[in-house]
Amino acid sequence: MTNSTLDLPKRPWRQRYHVAAIGWTLVLGVLLVLSSLMTGANLGTFLSNIDQFLALLVQMSHPAWSYLHVILQPLYETIQMAILGTTIGAVLAVPFALLAASNLVGNRLLRGLIRFFLDLVRTLPDLLLAAIFVAVFGIGSTAGVITLAIFSFGMVSKLFYEVIETIDMGPLEALKSVGATKVTMIWYAVLPQILNQFVSYFLYTLEINVRASTVLGYLGAGGIGVYLQRSLGEFNYSATAVIILATLVVVLVIDGISNHLRRVLL
Amino acid sequence: MQTTLENHPLTHHLFWRRWHWLLWVVVVAGVYSWAIGGLHFTGIQESAGSVSRSILHGLLHPDWAYVYNGSGEDLSSLILQTLAIAFLGTFVSALISVPFAFWAARTDQHWAHLRSGSGKVVLTLIRTFPEIVLAIMFIKAVGPGSYAGVLAVSIHSIGMLGKLFSESLENMDRGAEEAIRSAGGNRSEILTLATLPTIFPEFISYTLYRFEIAVRSASILGMVGAGGIGTPLIFAIQTRSWSRVGIILLGIIVMVLAIDSLSEQLRKKLI
Amino acid sequence: MQATATAPIIAFHHVNKIYANGTVGLKDIDFQIPRGQFLVVVGLSGAGKSTLLRTINRMHEISSGEIRIDDAPIGAYKGKALRQLRCHIGMIFQNFNLVNRASVERNVLSGLVGYYPTWKCILGLFSAADKQRAVQALKRVSLTPKIFTRADELSGGQQQRVAIARTLMQDPKIILADEPVASLDPRTTKDVMDTLQRLNREDGITVIVNLHSVALARQYADRIIGLRAGELVYDQPIDNVTTADLDRIYQTN
Ligand SMILES: Nc1ncnc2c1ncn2[C@@H]1O[C@H](COP(=O)(O)OP(=O)(O)OP(=O)(O)O)[C@@H](O)[C@H]1O
Ligand SMILES: [Mg+2]
Repeated sequence: MTNSTLDLPKRPWRQRYHVAAIGWTLVLGVLLVLSSLMTGANLGTFLSNIDQFLALLVQMSHPAWSYLHVILQPLYETIQMAILGTTIGAVLAVPFALLAASNLVGNRLLRGLIRFFLDLVRTLPDLLLAAIFVAVFGIGSTAGVITLAIFSFGMVSKLFYEVIETIDMGPLEALKSVGATKVTMIWYAVLPQILNQFVSYFLYTLEINVRASTVLGYLGAGGIGVYLQRSLGEFNYSATAVIILATLVVVLVIDGISNHLRRVLL
Repeated sequence: MQTTLENHPLTHHLFWRRWHWLLWVVVVAGVYSWAIGGLHFTGIQESAGSVSRSILHGLLHPDWAYVYNGSGEDLSSLILQTLAIAFLGTFVSALISVPFAFWAARTDQHWAHLRSGSGKVVLTLIRTFPEIVLAIMFIKAVGPGSYAGVLAVSIHSIGMLGKLFSESLENMDRGAEEAIRSAGGNRSEILTLATLPTIFPEFISYTLYRFEIAVRSASILGMVGAGGIGTPLIFAIQTRSWSRVGIILLGIIVMVLAIDSLSEQLRKKLI
Repeated sequence: MQATATAPIIAFHHVNKIYANGTVGLKDIDFQIPRGQFLVVVGLSGAGKSTLLRTINRMHEISSGEIRIDDAPIGAYKGKALRQLRCHIGMIFQNFNLVNRASVERNVLSGLVGYYPTWKCILGLFSAADKQRAVQALKRVSLTPKIFTRADELSGGQQQRVAIARTLMQDPKIILADEPVASLDPRTTKDVMDTLQRLNREDGITVIVNLHSVALARQYADRIIGLRAGELVYDQPIDNVTTADLDRIYQTN
């Protein structure tokens, strides 16, 4: 009996007193308490007002289908904005992605700068961009297209350079050995290898942008969001419900098409 | 390959192979002409140039005094409030997502595909429901302020977290569960002694990732009145106080970069 | 008393198993396993070895026939009774099936699930006596120095021995081992097989092992049975086993 206990290794005190587990639980607990205090979140308020919330849900569960023909045109506009914005963003992203790829650009400083710039672009949420571009370009779909272009630029460039970094360097070296220029090398050895992936990521970003574009109009950046804002402002929740359902259908259809195309491509 | 060549008239086949890219060109050209033709560009308003210049000027000369003025309505307080919204919202959402994940995860039980299929549909619906509409709805219930933001983040994040969680449940190693079952464990013992310890790090990792996204959305929810830094931002934009906009943008950028790298570090440690 | 000592611990009576997709897993299996035997099951991949093993602790259900353990038919057990049955049958897996991120001690203690109320298991409230037993179990597989290590920091052979220590906590009458050494190198293979042999000889635990290696089977078994396409095609005590016999089991068609 005593023998076997003597065999035991000494248990580190960190493990014996569960320091890590207790520490993390404490940190989590403190953060939770602080953030509840800071946001004034408590279940009581919610439960005491739940009847208003339910009333709203009841209204929304009776969609005003007659509203559908009003929003058809803005729905098209939303998709059009998403297509144009994603395209502009993706085209802009190509040179940046090439410059950010570690297997193409040896200069660490340049690469680091480009990547930092891309990180910066990615920090900005879509609605924030929309608010600023509406201020610059005025209310309308121009602001929406530009917002989506910048938003997808940040996203696509990262996806693109990660793809570029996985390419097979063989063909590139073959071209280099015969003295090809950088541009020739990219055109003949890099692009063919990544084209399918690019298109796939383009479609993926398009899916996300269609979702994003449906709310941009809330701040005046065109598309269905304008009507979303209008219906909510007029407390016309049965119209809101139609808009949300229609958006849902559009998003699902675009997702379906895009998923199908991506499966074909890869 | 052989059979298709034999079954189809050779000429027809070759024609198709040779020209089917043209079909794609036509389709893509059609889509783009529809997209460009459908949008009536309002034209860039005359003031665009001067507004951009003032924005740039504002960004370069941010209103430093706003960073902290002790009023509780300054940048640092509101950034903290934004983080609090994202944190609390993500935490609550992660808790609610666990049962959703078990609902939507495909298993090889009898009838499981009906259960998991319905779960997946519900998660897709939640994911597609716009977050700001949720925020506006919760403002109806609890009044404007950050509490509505917390609720919006909590509910909206379920869509993505539930999906990620359920996928990791589908792909997890079931070995430990099998061992506990074979030692005579009941369902709750299998769950707590095998499933949860195995899956926990992955759940935490996804939750951190979702927290990064929630920080971004919490910083715009204020634009519709759901608390955080978005409220003064939209106000500053509407009143064209560009140096105020500049400092708020800087604040958001620093906050997001800091949270992203912190979360990335934690996630690396987990795996 | 005399009668129970000679009565088989496990008896298969015309057992058939057909999977939901129509695959025949077991076909008219009819044999008995005496208490304290070291039985090795051999056969080609897909022959039904795992299926056979898993019907014994009802991890798989059979389609027809009957399995008796200690002369009690196990087919009717449900809920608590079924868990009690499993509680006394240890199972060892090819992939060890430990909770990777938990300590060795915690993994070993999890073998006690059948003996503790659920809430105590969940909170990890195991008695001091049982913690001492865990140390003893680890001692038997020569792993006491690793008791506080995380399971995924051990080598494959060590992990398999932790898994054996876990089943020891169950105080099993029977140990089922499904290719316990398939992912181990020759040295650790010997460690694991020797451990199983010791449990069989010293504690009188009935051990049933699926093996792919004919050499190992001949070295450790008291008796070898062979399966082919779900049928029992071979059954001999080790003294009668010849290499030619074993080759025949592994013949295709
Ligand atoms: N869950 C299942 N559903 C349908 N068929 C199964 C299932 N599990 C096993 N089978 C089939 O039953 C037969 C026997 O499988 P079993 O796993 O018992 O073979 P095995 O002898 O253990 O093979 P191995 O040596 O590869 O582990 C195989 O044909 C297998 O395909
Ligand atoms: Mg097997």
